[in-house]
Amino acid sequence: MLNSFDILETIKMIEDEHLDIRTITMGISLLDCISGDIQAVSDKIYDKITRRAEHLVRTGEEIEAELGIPIINKRISVTPIALIGAATDADSYVPLAQALDRAAQTCGVNFVGGFSALVQKGFAKGDEILIRSIPEALASTELVCSSVNVASTKAGINLDAVRMMGEVIRETAERTADRQCIGAGKLVVFANAVEDNPFMAGAFHGVGEADCVLNVGVSGPGVVHSAIRRAGDCSINEVADIIKKTAFKITRMGQLVGSIASERLGVPFGIVDLSLAPTPAVGDSVARILEEVGLECCGTHGTTAILAMLNDAVKKGGVMASAAVGGLSGAFIPVSEDEGMIHAVHAGSLHLDKLEAMTAVCSVGLDMIAIPGDTPADTISAIIADEAAIGVVNSKTTAVRIIPAIGKQVGEELEFGGLLGSAPVMDVHPFSASRFISRGGRIPAPMHSLKN
Amino acid sequence: MRAILTVAGKDRTGVIARISNTLSQHSVNILDVRQNVMGGDLFAMIMLVELDGCDISFPALTAQLEADGVELGMKVHLMHEDIFNAMHRI
Repeated sequence: MLNSFDILETIKMIEDEHLDIRTITMGISLLDCISGDIQAVSDKIYDKITRRAEHLVRTGEEIEAELGIPIINKRISVTPIALIGAATDADSYVPLAQALDRAAQTCGVNFVGGFSALVQKGFAKGDEILIRSIPEALASTELVCSSVNVASTKAGINLDAVRMMGEVIRETAERTADRQCIGAGKLVVFANAVEDNPFMAGAFHGVGEADCVLNVGVSGPGVVHSAIRRAGDCSINEVADIIKKTAFKITRMGQLVGSIASERLGVPFGIVDLSLAPTPAVGDSVARILEEVGLECCGTHGTTAILAMLNDAVKKGGVMASAAVGGLSGAFIPVSEDEGMIHAVHAGSLHLDKLEAMTAVCSVGLDMIAIPGDTPADTISAIIADEAAIGVVNSKTTAVRIIPAIGKQVGEELEFGGLLGSAPVMDVHPFSASRFISRGGRIPAPMHSLKN
Repeated sequence: MRAILTVAGKDRTGVIARISNTLSQHSVNILDVRQNVMGGDLFAMIMLVELDGCDISFPALTAQLEADGVELGMKVHLMHEDIFNAMHRI
């Protein structure tokens, strides 16, 4: 029989330290739903999703009960809708977003991702139509998430798309101003987007993927935090080692859940995303891990170095535990979804500029950050351009999910509730970048993109 | 299918009897059992059980055992053995 200590350790992780499977996400290709008629496309999308994902939620709940491990979210990602809508002569893809929403409601999942376009090098026919449809699509649906990839290490940064996305984010927030501007919380702007990400709001099912796959996102900031706390005053390389061992255990659990789920659903297992995804619950925070390592408050000097170590150790520990690692895999640093980050903003320790630096060494980007409601679209675009530059030059994924808090200023908050938490409005630079953004065109790919 | 059952809480009489009775009512075979009383009054028991002959579903059995736990004032967990093997064995 197993060692009693190991058994009790697992139960403690789940009971007291918020260990869970954050998401099982079914990726579904919609390429076979393409048609010239938008109504026909909508019907095909609804039929395919509800057929493929019919048992997703029930199977997830069964596994949850048997293994005794919570599976928090069951979700769906689909082929970028710009590709699917392009064959129609429609001038808006809102009906397709509504078909996705209906399908998600029928399946009982809590989000569907893929109202997306990939425009890092330029706009194809459906791309601009999709981007212009985003504000209405997100305002008129509940469960649809949207993402736009505006840059890549290979292609550079599409500044025209960056400019458009500044406007789209503002408009999306304005249209959902009566709901805490939540539309903008379901919209991500990427550089180097990955095709197998199971986490929302940025999940979509890449065109290189199989017809249907199952990807798993694990979590576990609370477990890592507790392990470091128990270790006491050890050296930083011992801390890294503790994180690796903990990440290994967490990932093994993700691998197990993914393989059982894929077998029961008859769908190939894609990847495990080894991410430390925080929640607003006390004891489930990435910021508190950084503080446990030795910071008075997250955001102070030293934050970037510790985050770099954490992100690297999570990958090293997880990679041996899974047959296929993918997605974003690293530490997430959303503000509204992390109790410690929110505290650090209130304490005056964490600012947008420091968060930008942190995104250079972790797995995503500026995430779930509220900014003043009167921030001009050009300034939002400039924030996106900076973030994309970090991703492009460092050959990594970066993203921007910021929420203009319409009618609010620094000192106020947006309250989303649930896993999305609450976002204190953070200050942005008052000086304009308008002339830069209005130049348009494309920032060329960096020298090191030429690897062939 | 094998599962690990853990029972923990303040020591009292009749814990093993109550839990074993529920297991036996549903034809669950106990393969191994370990029990400790720590620090005078903290009771901790770990059982390895075989569920192949069990006459009710896994969630239903879990619910009954948890209800026993509530009456005993103990925390009861029933989890598939695979989760422990996955996390602690390479």
